[in-house]
Amino acid sequence: MNDFLRRLLYLPEQASSVAGEIDTLHFFVIGITMMGATGVFVAAVWWSVRYRARTLDELATTPRVQAGLAVEGGLLAFLIVLFIVFWVVGFTQFLRIRVPPKDAMVVYVTGKQWMWKFAYPEGKQTINTLVVPAERDVHLVMTSRDVIHSFYVPAFRIKQDVLPGRYYSMWFRAVRPGTYRIFCAEYCGLMHSAMLGDVVALDPDDFQLWLEGEPLESFVDLPPGPDRGGVVTQLGPDLADYPRGIPEASPPRSMADHGREVAALKGCLACHTLDGQPHIGPTWRNLWYRETTLDDGRVVIADEAYLTRSMMDPMLELVQGYAPVMPTYQGLLDPAEVGAILELIRTLSEPLPTPARSPEPLVRPPLAPGTLDRVDPARALEFIRETSERTAP
Amino acid sequence: MKNYLNHETTIWSWLSTKDHKRIGVMFLVSVTLFLLVGGVFALILRLEHLTPDSTIVSANMYNQLFTLHGVVMVWLFLIPAIPTGFGNFFLPIMLGAKDVAFPRLNLATLYIFWVGAIVMIYGILDRAADTGWTFYPPYSSVTYTKAGPVLLGVFILGWSTIITGVNFITTIHTLRAKGMRFMDMPLFAWALYGVSVIQILGTPVLGIVLLMVVMDHNFDWGLFDPARGGDPLIYQHIFWFYSHPAVYIMILPPMGVVSEIVSTMAHKNPLSYKAIAYSTFGIAFAGFLTWGHHMFTSGMSEFNAGIFGILSMTVAVFSAIKVFTWTGTLYKGSVWLRTPLLYIFAFLFLFIFGGMTGVAVAATSLDIHWHDTYFVVAHFHFIMVGASLTAFLAALYYWWPKITGRMYFEGWGVAGAVLVFLGFVGTFFPQFLLGNGGMPRRYYHYSEEFQALNVLSTAGSWVLGLGLLLVLVTLIWSLFTGEKAPANPWNSRSYEWMTPSPPPKENFFETPRIQRGPYDYHLPLERR
Repeated sequence: MNDFLRRLLYLPEQASSVAGEIDTLHFFVIGITMMGATGVFVAAVWWSVRYRARTLDELATTPRVQAGLAVEGGLLAFLIVLFIVFWVVGFTQFLRIRVPPKDAMVVYVTGKQWMWKFAYPEGKQTINTLVVPAERDVHLVMTSRDVIHSFYVPAFRIKQDVLPGRYYSMWFRAVRPGTYRIFCAEYCGLMHSAMLGDVVALDPDDFQLWLEGEPLESFVDLPPGPDRGGVVTQLGPDLADYPRGIPEASPPRSMADHGREVAALKGCLACHTLDGQPHIGPTWRNLWYRETTLDDGRVVIADEAYLTRSMMDPMLELVQGYAPVMPTYQGLLDPAEVGAILELIRTLSEPLPTPARSPEPLVRPPLAPGTLDRVDPARALEFIRETSERTAP
Repeated sequence: MKNYLNHETTIWSWLSTKDHKRIGVMFLVSVTLFLLVGGVFALILRLEHLTPDSTIVSANMYNQLFTLHGVVMVWLFLIPAIPTGFGNFFLPIMLGAKDVAFPRLNLATLYIFWVGAIVMIYGILDRAADTGWTFYPPYSSVTYTKAGPVLLGVFILGWSTIITGVNFITTIHTLRAKGMRFMDMPLFAWALYGVSVIQILGTPVLGIVLLMVVMDHNFDWGLFDPARGGDPLIYQHIFWFYSHPAVYIMILPPMGVVSEIVSTMAHKNPLSYKAIAYSTFGIAFAGFLTWGHHMFTSGMSEFNAGIFGILSMTVAVFSAIKVFTWTGTLYKGSVWLRTPLLYIFAFLFLFIFGGMTGVAVAATSLDIHWHDTYFVVAHFHFIMVGASLTAFLAALYYWWPKITGRMYFEGWGVAGAVLVFLGFVGTFFPQFLLGNGGMPRRYYHYSEEFQALNVLSTAGSWVLGLGLLLVLVTLIWSLFTGEKAPANPWNSRSYEWMTPSPPPKENFFETPRIQRGPYDYHLPLERR
């Protein structure tokens, strides 16, 4: 029945853990819509034909009638209850679709005109092909580099817009290995319709092999890209062949290492420690998804969204007990750097084998607050070495 | 006999007229012209989609065409069509007034409309905007196409809309005939009242935000540039704060038309006058609280999404009150089954189907899959265009004898109605399925598996185009060869039929006195 209705309504395969229940609601709602519209239409036509006058002179006076409150009220009550059922079921699903599970694997996604870039914590990077293990929750941390894009995988029934300057979370779990098309669903300019990609869900063992360097082609045949020949643009060379599946030359270090370097070069480590010691700012160790009390008494979860907001607008949600001294990093960090810092903080939440405690602060601020953007790179690098030595297990 | 058409016939007498009927007619001609322009854009867009890749236009031109199709249809047809055309013509007559409250301002709205339209056309001819009619920044700030004139054109058109709103509200409050209480007004007047409130409250907000985009696009202010502290999401909030209520600007006047035609054709009082009048204001009010449902995937908290979801459904409740009342009015009537009523049947189907799919997308989880796909395209075409266009055509046929003094051709009218309905469903029903399948909107290329449905939709657009062409040709033809229309060809009790067709310059020969309600079908028709 499910499959019959799905084909009848032209829905794609149900390849994610949430697709099935969403489709069930879909069948229910669309069925009622069809019946309602047809029913009223038929009633109107039937009554018009049944009570029609053949000539103008046949048009009779009609008794004045007023709808009974019971009839109208009853119909309305029925509708209101129906709508509330739609909403309750829909909204419960919505919450499930939107809130990522805690232990999900993280991939960082950047949209730009006109491609999707994916970065893995282990350091691998791909363009337009998101490789994930099947049967495992995957948490995407997303942003855009230029205009608005929207990450849409019909087979998973998920979609998330990405606006520049903001970070978004979405998650999914592919229920079986396969290749699923990614569309950009928010209009983003000339080649909007060519901003395509694929989610390649691999068997978890294959995924591990891929992470370790095995080429993707040894696991799946990628479907051919759409033919873009003959597209005439006014913007110079055509973007005829969109790149796909080719991992960029992977950098020799993990994203967390990249984050460590960025944190040092941009002066973050002047105030934030990595080892659990409070300093001018809160430490980054075990900060990831920790409940944090703000100076106005609110309690927030330090998730990607909060951490990103704090980088861009530090005064807005200040942690209790800390002075309002952090400068904004709006425009100073590019999306990759923000992603790298988030990944660094995430890795710092894994428990240390031996907690390294020190009687005095490990880190002295190299510069006075307020001059943080003028960090001396040489000194900062020295700083990384120092901190990484001390936090090494 | 002298009437408003022939008491003066020079071109200047039209251009300088303060007669609301002539202004209404000129608006009708103008919006019909823009319906044709927008329709041609739409036909080209559909033709382009006959094949998955390039068919007749370039990707760049495709993007410009769907932008212009949206802009022209929304601001030059759907929003002004019924209020400025039929509203101007019939509101004063229905109230028993000689003219609207501010006749000179009324003429000004026509000129402002044309200034706005010409600025927009200039933008269309010179590197037309390719932003989509929603003008989302940052793309609209950085596009190399000329978004400026189109945005300014919309800004200017807004003034026309606002002034019309002020004029109508003042007219309704001050110029009702002696003895006419608010609850004696024809329901079309209530619909115009409701829409005027939205126009006055909503349009300035749109004007402000579009000017902000002009500042970004033309002068690089960076208001929506996150690198300079701007926020593109704010634009979406402000834009939809107007543009969602704009949907009700498009749909409330059609609802007024339907109330009139159903009652006249069924020869029966509306099942509940008060329910229709009050629900108009329910829609106008609730319509301002639902804008967030356009943004479920653009980054709002889950809590907000839930609230906007449930608030959106309240609009459907008020709309359902109207639908039940109209349908119930036909029951045990004495029904005069003619072309206008056929369009009302089409209206009911398209409106309910479009409206219920709106409830469906307000159930937040479903919207995630449907957002920005062809499902949404089909949904808003059903409800905004399907309902508005069928009501516009119903009104055209219903009031044609009054406006022109000629009867239309019944046979051709029926043929046109059937073609338009079948064409419309043929064009947009496949698009629901395309959206289910995951085809995003504003796509120049599409995957091959979508081709069959796209071809079907394109074929539907030809039927729809043919139907509209047939309507236009036969109506114009009837101007010359149609029968002379009697004052009241429908045996209606509504007030506009108490004056000759076409009406005299001052609307009535003697000051009208209201002795019975506009829907008193339990009384025999007084013979004149």
